[in-house]
Amino acid sequence: MLKKSANCVPCLRRSASRRQVALKASSTYPRGYASALHSLRPCWMVFLNILMLIVVCGVSSAIVLAEDQLVAPTNLQAFDTPNDGGESLTVNWAPSPLDSPDARYQVLLGDAGAIDAASLKVIAEFPAQTRLVKDLKGPWWTKTAERNWHQFVIRNGKGVELKDGTAYTVTVAVLKGEERTVGPLLRATPAPNWFNWNSVNNLVLTLLFGGVVFYSIAQAKRREIFLRRIPGLDAVDEAIGRATELGKPILYLTGAHDMHDPSTIAAAVILGRVAKRTAAYETELLVPHRDPITMAVCQEITKQAYLEAGKPDLFKEDSNFFITSDQFSYTAAVDGIMLRKKPAANFFMGSYFAEALLLTETGASTGAIQIAGTDSDHQLPFFVTTCDYTLIGEELYAASAYLSREPVQLGTLRGQDIGKALILSVIGIGVLLATLGVVTQAAWPQYFLDFFKDVK
Amino acid sequence: MDVTIIGAWVATGLTLFIFSFLYKDNPLFKLAENLYVGVSVGYTIVKTYDTVIVYLIWKPIVENQEWTLLIPVAIGLLMLTRYVPKAAWLSRYAFAFIVGVGAGLAIPRTVSSFILKQIEDTVRPLLVLVPGDGVTFSWNLMNPASSVNVIIVLIGVSSVLFYFFFSVEHSGPGKAVARMGVLFLMIAFGAAFGYTVMARMSLLIGRLTDLIEYSDPAYGRPTLWLALVTIGTLIALSRRSRSEPPDSH
Repeated sequence: MLKKSANCVPCLRRSASRRQVALKASSTYPRGYASALHSLRPCWMVFLNILMLIVVCGVSSAIVLAEDQLVAPTNLQAFDTPNDGGESLTVNWAPSPLDSPDARYQVLLGDAGAIDAASLKVIAEFPAQTRLVKDLKGPWWTKTAERNWHQFVIRNGKGVELKDGTAYTVTVAVLKGEERTVGPLLRATPAPNWFNWNSVNNLVLTLLFGGVVFYSIAQAKRREIFLRRIPGLDAVDEAIGRATELGKPILYLTGAHDMHDPSTIAAAVILGRVAKRTAAYETELLVPHRDPITMAVCQEITKQAYLEAGKPDLFKEDSNFFITSDQFSYTAAVDGIMLRKKPAANFFMGSYFAEALLLTETGASTGAIQIAGTDSDHQLPFFVTTCDYTLIGEELYAASAYLSREPVQLGTLRGQDIGKALILSVIGIGVLLATLGVVTQAAWPQYFLDFFKDVK
Repeated sequence: MDVTIIGAWVATGLTLFIFSFLYKDNPLFKLAENLYVGVSVGYTIVKTYDTVIVYLIWKPIVENQEWTLLIPVAIGLLMLTRYVPKAAWLSRYAFAFIVGVGAGLAIPRTVSSFILKQIEDTVRPLLVLVPGDGVTFSWNLMNPASSVNVIIVLIGVSSVLFYFFFSVEHSGPGKAVARMGVLFLMIAFGAAFGYTVMARMSLLIGRLTDLIEYSDPAYGRPTLWLALVTIGTLIALSRRSRSEPPDSH
């Protein structure tokens, strides 16, 4: 408001100078002409000039007001953030013509009972041209406002503690220079959601991929499916045979992770195949564990394998045993087992960390045949250099199908290959579209790429 | 005696005993190994009791009346039925739940971060639009977004992906593509190997720095004395094993 008053001062000055020019101009009239009027002239001219001054000043002030007066954020909406685990609120508001680099928005939060904006706490402040819906991550089907609208998600963090089921007062203020205008106070209550519709694309892709896998399994049951040779898996029989001939045990490790990791699940499945062979050859099997639940699952798998091999009496409950969940003490203990029991074959399947080289180096020093399989890319180099055979990444997941040759597993593997072919096609088409977009400078390839980004 | 000095002697002794494994398996290593395993198991039991039993089960249920937690507790207790042969089958429900939940959580995450994200980062234009110069082919190897790097990444991803096709025979042109994939894998492994070895060297330097520090008279020179004890023990054991007749088995 101070600015507007100051604007009126030059306005007055300009009007005064204009009045002086008008008075000077009036003196050019002939002297004897309309002398009566001349006698009245100074009075009504002064009155007219004052009137003009008021009108001009008023109009210019109105123009300045229209240009500078801050308008509170319009179409303000506050609601529970959809598709989340709760403890979060979302605020949307429409863009304003005043969204300039020198303007800023503030998001205010307070208790449900707040009736005055002064009692709310400023939890975020940002430039007015930022926090647009189009800049936020998330697919188009869950957007809650137009692309050019503003959106701010309030989450628990520094100075903010939202509780599910508790109502809060939320508003947005706009700032420009010294001025500040606050929007209407809104109430919103955070709550968790059962479904995350942002991930519905994952569901669609999973169902699509599942369909492909079921189709491949049906195909595998009708006709034989070719599987390329995987040297590391061909060596499994060789390793078990060698251990049998030497009368030494086989050491099998399932990695560092628990049963939440796909590589541990794969390692447990392969253990079933290996255990079936060791049962058939009556070879001792040692499976030291780092995770008690993995140990329990592996005990069941081993027991089942011995049962399927027709040698349930040979199954030993303590062939799977727990050492410790600590990384290096487990490593020290397994190294000790390798040196004292001198297994003829060591299997390192699953996920590994820094212990990988310590284990395989010790195993190599005992002269055991070593087969590793992991998707831990940082440990693969160590396995490649110290083991006789290494299953790289997905070969670990293919191992079960390769060893069993069961139609269900072979079909799954075939389905995975079809999935990979689809990925290769998408990459090829995507690169082509992106290059076309650059060459033709057309917008339409980008629409396809944006669509893909959202669907992925 | 100062606790710091005791700690220095214990740390030095255990470090040297573990290092003695580089010579061969010996009683000093076995001592350190068993101590290490025992301490870690004891620590894990106490930590699990405190974080799981007390904070995740007892306090929420007894103090906050969060009765829904009894469901996971019941599933967990099913695992103990393994010790009752007649009810052992019940434990399979717990395992099925754990494996199912594990796979359900891991698969979307893996698909999203390792497959879809990889595709998104691979899909780049082969040519770049430079203001003023128009559409050009960029040869700058130092710029990850240059045309030549985009082509290298594209060839690398495609060939490595093809290598992991299991139901297609790698013969003819496919063999060349698979070979290219293996080449890219080995280059990546080489880089990872060098990077990790450097990290391990820093760990070794850390241990050696401690041993040097503990050779100070302020600690009673544990490095010196315990190194002598370790070496002496190894020599004695070596002589004894030589004098003993070889194992008849």
